[in-house]
Amino acid sequence: MLVETQARGAVRIDGLAKRFGDTTVLDGIDLDIVAGEFVTILGPSGCGKSTLLRIVAGLETETAGSVSIDGAPMKGLAPNARDIAMVFQSYALYPHLTVAENIAVPLRMRQLTPMQRLLGLAPRAVRGSIGAEVQSVAAMLRIESLLPRRPAQLSGGQKQRVALARAMVRRPRVFLMDEPLSNLDAELRVHMRAEIAQLHRQLGATFLYVTHDQVEAMTMSDRVAVIMGGRLQQVASPDVLYRDPDTLAVAQFVGTPRINVLAGGRLGLQAAQVAVRPERLQAHGLGLAPPPQAGQGIEGRLVYRENLGSDLFLHVEVPGVPAALIARADPAAGETFAIGDRLVLAVDPRHVLSFDAAGKRIRP
Amino acid sequence: MNGRGSVLLLTAPALVLMAVFLIGPLLAVIALSFTSYQLGAPSLSFVGMANYIEMTEDATVRISLANTLIYVGVVVPVSVGLGLGAALLIEADPSLRGFYRASYFLPVMATLIAMAIVWEFMLDARFGAVNMLLRAMGLGPYDFLHDRKLVLYTLAGIGVWQNVGFNMVLFMAGLTAVPRELYEAAAVDGAGRGFERFKLVTWPMLGPVTLFTVVITAIRAFQVFDTVKVLTEGGPNKASEVLLHTIYAEAFNFFRNGYAAALVVVFLLFIMALSAVRLFVLGRSRT
Ligand SMILES: Nc1ncnc2c1ncn2[C@@H]1O[C@H](COP(=O)(O)OP(=O)(O)OP(=O)(O)O)[C@@H](O)[C@H]1O
Ligand SMILES: [Mg+2]
Repeated sequence: MLVETQARGAVRIDGLAKRFGDTTVLDGIDLDIVAGEFVTILGPSGCGKSTLLRIVAGLETETAGSVSIDGAPMKGLAPNARDIAMVFQSYALYPHLTVAENIAVPLRMRQLTPMQRLLGLAPRAVRGSIGAEVQSVAAMLRIESLLPRRPAQLSGGQKQRVALARAMVRRPRVFLMDEPLSNLDAELRVHMRAEIAQLHRQLGATFLYVTHDQVEAMTMSDRVAVIMGGRLQQVASPDVLYRDPDTLAVAQFVGTPRINVLAGGRLGLQAAQVAVRPERLQAHGLGLAPPPQAGQGIEGRLVYRENLGSDLFLHVEVPGVPAALIARADPAAGETFAIGDRLVLAVDPRHVLSFDAAGKRIRP
Repeated sequence: MNGRGSVLLLTAPALVLMAVFLIGPLLAVIALSFTSYQLGAPSLSFVGMANYIEMTEDATVRISLANTLIYVGVVVPVSVGLGLGAALLIEADPSLRGFYRASYFLPVMATLIAMAIVWEFMLDARFGAVNMLLRAMGLGPYDFLHDRKLVLYTLAGIGVWQNVGFNMVLFMAGLTAVPRELYEAAAVDGAGRGFERFKLVTWPMLGPVTLFTVVITAIRAFQVFDTVKVLTEGGPNKASEVLLHTIYAEAFNFFRNGYAAALVVVFLLFIMALSAVRLFVLGRSRT
């Protein structure tokens, strides 16, 4: 019943800028979101993610540029007139209302007259249909048993579901979510991640999802928009973002452990800076393995072994490179390396990303 | 040192002070209320419940109690309502916040006796500013402080003036504690402004503050004395007689301290009842 058949909710953000007094928080943001897409806005804390989302929601006014949904400009429209729903980081449930009443609020606001709301009277048919909608959304999120409770009697994950239900019940074109999982513990976060992704598939609505957690961004989204310092760095699928970043900043922000950065000269390349993912560095014990080709091996000393069970990360100190380089190794094979050992890191030139001095990608 | 011992040790100074300055005198007052003690009299005798029985038949006490309740009944809702309204208006347009806060809070800080004298001038039947203003509008003149029908409400008006600022500051503090995301959720849900937003977010979130404000104001209003003493002495013809003033008169004009003590006990019971309401409701809302 809640599944949308016709995709709607294409969001177009055009030259958007936002200034608070003298500080520019967002600058020249262009973003085209296809109806039904799951787009994540990813960026470090304070980069303006929430501000962007709040402008789309109509909670904040843009300084320049425009937002339109399905072709209609949103300028000057109140949040409730935009046909969007928002899930907040703090859930923002009304503490004095029961779960059922919380979920019903958007429907009551839309379907009842101010007088009916004030007097608590509603035509039987309307009340029935609101009740039915609340029930059906609650069933979808498996929170029916919570309906008579108040928010204070719920766990974090349950509050999150109620907040989702309140967003879903009005069947918006666009779901806006501002770090909805950041208040949950790690295990629940993984679970809810899957649940939100599934909800997206079920509803077919557009999801615009803000997070500073790159794992969330990579696992849930169709596309990720990386914002840094108020500017859009790159918009791409998680896969492309990881393999083929446009800037060094994006390359460094995405992926754990961080990508290794070196001066281009270290690998005999022209580029000012080069970067290599840990899994593209091959560690060899000095003298044991076949010597790597000249110019493509980096010699260093093992300072730390980070064993995650499935992966072993070798931290290798290289003279003249500020941060230790990290190479991924098979935990079984890595047994042979001991702290203090001298290693050679072999680099496959096909997987080296080159950047100019300003951090812009140089593509061959 | 075990936990219990240290608790006792650490609270001991406060307990001793309370015993000496609060509980001791209270017990003395309760004891006195069963006697015929008169200030300066060489002896006193136990009279049992006589003082309390007399109270029920004392017309002055009855008038005084009724007046006090009317006074509280006017001051509490009006000053709480105006305080809330002022706080909401200031929140809505914070540009002059400092000015408004200071001007509303001034009466709270000012010495009420000095202010009462100012009010006396302002309310004077012939030369007062209030009557001049009314005359300009074609009304009056009213003798606010000597008209039996008006005097209690005049005092209540001064009481409101005196309490609004305090209540406003309490509400402003309460308003800053309302999470911004709740207002934003309301905006997305379609209750972004005006009365709908007030009903859905502001008012429920102010619940505890409102209760606190009502009880505090009620207790303060119950203790009205300064203005009555300075402006009317309970007159004309007991039209503005209030509990504390009656107690004062019994004790220090008529020197019937035993009887006054009994009145104090009754007065304290009212105050305690108000405090209990607050504790009860606050305690319940926490669970
Ligand atoms: N109302 C405001 N007035 C002034 N500055 C603001 C305002 N709101 C946000 N900012 C500033 O704008 C910048 C971006 O804020 P925003 O909340 O969008 O960051 P964010 O990317 O969501 O960060 P986080 O991950 O910490 O939530 C911050 O530097 C913040 O201080
Ligand atoms: Mg944010």
